[in-house]
Amino acid sequence: MRRALMLSLAAAIAAAAPWSPAKAQTEDPVAADFDKFRAIMEQANPAELFEVKGEQLWKTPRGPKKTSLEKCDLGLGPGVVKGAYAQMPRYFADVDRVMDAEARIVHCMITLQGFKYEDLAKRPFSSATKTPDPVSITTYVAAQSAGMKLAPSQSHPKEKEAYETGKAIFFYRAGAYDFSCASCHGVDNQRIRTQPLPNFTKPEQAIRAVQGWPGYRMTGGVMHTLQWRLNDCFRQQRFPEPDYASETLSALLTYLTANAQGQEYKGLGIKR
Amino acid sequence: MRKIATAATLAAGVAALAACAAMQSTPRDRALALMQRDFHAEGIAGMDRLKEDAVQAACNKYDDKPPADVAARLQKEQAATLKFPTDGKLLGNWKSGEKIAQRGRGMTWRDKPHKTSRGEPNGGGCYNCHQIGPDTTSFGTIGPSLYNFGKLRGYGRDIQRYAYAKIYNAKAYSACSQMPRFGHIDALTEDQIKDLVALLMDPKSPVNR
Repeated sequence: MRRALMLSLAAAIAAAAPWSPAKAQTEDPVAADFDKFRAIMEQANPAELFEVKGEQLWKTPRGPKKTSLEKCDLGLGPGVVKGAYAQMPRYFADVDRVMDAEARIVHCMITLQGFKYEDLAKRPFSSATKTPDPVSITTYVAAQSAGMKLAPSQSHPKEKEAYETGKAIFFYRAGAYDFSCASCHGVDNQRIRTQPLPNFTKPEQAIRAVQGWPGYRMTGGVMHTLQWRLNDCFRQQRFPEPDYASETLSALLTYLTANAQGQEYKGLGIKR
Repeated sequence: MRKIATAATLAAGVAALAACAAMQSTPRDRALALMQRDFHAEGIAGMDRLKEDAVQAACNKYDDKPPADVAARLQKEQAATLKFPTDGKLLGNWKSGEKIAQRGRGMTWRDKPHKTSRGEPNGGGCYNCHQIGPDTTSFGTIGPSLYNFGKLRGYGRDIQRYAYAKIYNAKAYSACSQMPRFGHIDALTEDQIKDLVALLMDPKSPVNR
């Protein structure tokens, strides 16, 4: 299956050449090749399989309370999924805090369906053999915002506060290697090995923090969300581990997403 | 009368300000409190890693641009941490150095002291940020190119010492350098740093050929 995918990819690359990026993010030829690669892969993205699974999970009565998630309020009213992902993180009065999409979905699974946070947080990320339900559900929810402009709300005082807190987390240098998020993502035109590093402090590059997630990662063949991406950043930053779906991560995602305010969210991604 | 009114307004203002200060925390205060609550120790990465040391605190405070006197003091303090090899030798094996430069694992949740989760020695991750040898084109650009390091600077012992010290503790030279302090934090051993010095400084190393 994977091999077939790679073969059809190779054929697609050959067929697509010469290829001109509609909107090149950078002049770097390496980065341009990555963009080209992704654009082609997105035409047959296995992430859609997880979207389908996530939709089923959303609509099926589950958990100790045998309830579906169709009453879950993602910020646009109970059960409204379309466009919700593009408008998160946002403030939720019922918990009096800002939540990102996956944190909100986890909250709904706990309050509506009776799942326990401890159980959901035990193994929250995908492996070759298991994709946790919140990952599939987040994938489904995110896909319903494809093609929309990012519009995380910044009107409530707690949303503004979360932005500023997230910014402070972004620039905080600590840990064994003295790294902050900004060590890699605070300067233009840097790369680590051959991987271009977007500067998330700039609006036109901050979209790359959000774009492509949730995404299907060909390495290992797994589906990952932004919760995993931030977790892995902190791992490589040599920090201790952030709690799954925690307020710290919601604050950081508020900073990153609000920086990309107004940019188009293209939907599910595919990664090397 | 006017004086009294002014004084009264002032007093009220001061009281209000004090109340405000007590209630409102800075984004940094909130960030630190939140991270303290929302992170947990994982393997060798304890919660102590969230605490700033003197260098990190100053770099955070001054946005990586500390005033000259602060930078000078920090660099002096960091230079005092340098430990040079007791046998006096600074050059190891450049071939081993190349491997250390290529590998970047170590110091994360599942790794062990001096060893990765796979049981290999820690890597320096040098190519992540630097151009080094001529055969590796997949190098990062966060740090300066080190290609021809010895050839350009000379092969003398003072340059060897500089290379050793820079890898051991880069903050001894530039207080808010983005480069980790590999010796200071015990990520790389003395022998590994010697091997890296050889990679940069051995006339036979591909770096200088």
